[in-house]
Amino acid sequence: MRSTFILAASALLLAACAPQPKGTGDLGIVIARATGQVVVVDNSAKKPLATVDGLGDLSHASAVYSRDERYAYVAGRDGGLSKVDLLTGTLVKRVMQAGNSIGLSISQDGRVVAVQNYEPGGVRFFDADTLEPLSEIPTHGSKVVGLADAPGAKFVFSLFDAGEIWLADLHDPRHPQVTKFPNIGRQPYDGLITPDGRYYIAGLFGEDGLALLDLWNPDKGVRRILDHYAKGDPALPVYKMPHLRGWAQAGDEILVPAIGHHEVLVIDTNTWTEKARIPVAGQPVFVVARPDHRQVWVNFALPDNGLVQVIDIPSHKVIDTLHPGKAVLHIEFAPKGEQVWLSARDDDKVAVYDTETRQQLTEFKVPSPSGIFFTARAHKIGM
Amino acid sequence: MKVLAGLAVLFLALPAWAAPDAARQNELEHMVRQDCGSCHGMTLKGGLGSPLLPNNLAGKDKAFLAAIILDGRPGTAMPPWRGMLSDEDVDWIVDYLKRGTK
Repeated sequence: MRSTFILAASALLLAACAPQPKGTGDLGIVIARATGQVVVVDNSAKKPLATVDGLGDLSHASAVYSRDERYAYVAGRDGGLSKVDLLTGTLVKRVMQAGNSIGLSISQDGRVVAVQNYEPGGVRFFDADTLEPLSEIPTHGSKVVGLADAPGAKFVFSLFDAGEIWLADLHDPRHPQVTKFPNIGRQPYDGLITPDGRYYIAGLFGEDGLALLDLWNPDKGVRRILDHYAKGDPALPVYKMPHLRGWAQAGDEILVPAIGHHEVLVIDTNTWTEKARIPVAGQPVFVVARPDHRQVWVNFALPDNGLVQVIDIPSHKVIDTLHPGKAVLHIEFAPKGEQVWLSARDDDKVAVYDTETRQQLTEFKVPSPSGIFFTARAHKIGM
Repeated sequence: MKVLAGLAVLFLALPAWAAPDAARQNELEHMVRQDCGSCHGMTLKGGLGSPLLPNNLAGKDKAFLAAIILDGRPGTAMPPWRGMLSDEDVDWIVDYLKRGTK
């Protein structure tokens, strides 16, 4: 009786001392690229919660999430791989894994983090819990771009210098098996995977076209789509490489930037041919579909990087041109798309817009913000 | 008198094609770190583009480097910056890169 009372009393005491339990599904991070920080943000409250220091050179940093959405893995330009705890707002672990890295991905089962490197090239694999190295796939000096996870314990990526797509099987994470697809075209600059994980598409910088791999039928090889889409129009100088890794699929259409042109290309996924091209204000960098696929938001390379345009999918028309701030680097939708967050690097701010009214709801300061990553990414294929 | 007027015009015109002033230097420094940095790395240690640290550029002719910035390198991802940058801007950037950023 007495021990029961003590137990009950101590349980009460514990409950009083313990912090309120909190989920992480409404959180995210914003990269502060110039100061080596990430800012933990609350999506619904639309405000920063904590700043985490010490992540190194975060120019061109990107992030993926653990399956429980508690931890963000951040790959920085300096080759650092960092694990950040969103609940405590702390840096849990950081390893230097290469000289120069460009992005990362997490496996289907959430146990392996893969990092793609420019220097010395290749992809390295790490235990998601401990960040201990598991294995690596060298690419003999070729820079790796467009890394994505795919169903069946796979990772797929492209080799910028060699012009190849490689498909890695990580069923045994210590002994990856690689299938190589050579001669896919000159200078693939990034890749996207469709939300169902079936198709991998590499955009080419060195020629007009894209390379398509059907992961359900890899034996059929890589085929060229939208070959010579520029039809001889000379390309403009490209002051910033576009990114394909948005969610640019909307229904049976995939929207991608036209390299060196002020256009967004619409690919029909039934025929894999060009269905339309949409004139826009500048050279697109990110072309991202709102989660309901009714709108696509686009930002631009210099000198038009102060603009964001909104494309209406049914009509393929630009329905709005916004001026969110100087040097808009990234676009991230709330998981169901009612709001969108935009980072304006040279205004040191993040702006939050209502996607229906396209009015700004709020903004807050972050030094040199770049990528914005909400935890909902944890459960998307291709991340 | 005519000569004097001519001199005055010349003097007034000078700033347009002289070395970038302090405000422009700040803009250029920001541009090098942030915009060039999107390919070459914010610390200029390299990325999709080559590293641009002083020891990487040592022994490379200034005019050669200026020409790459102005006209780009066909066949690579390096675009021509002519139109965005003046010759004087580019000369300043080449000096700045060779000297080393802070």
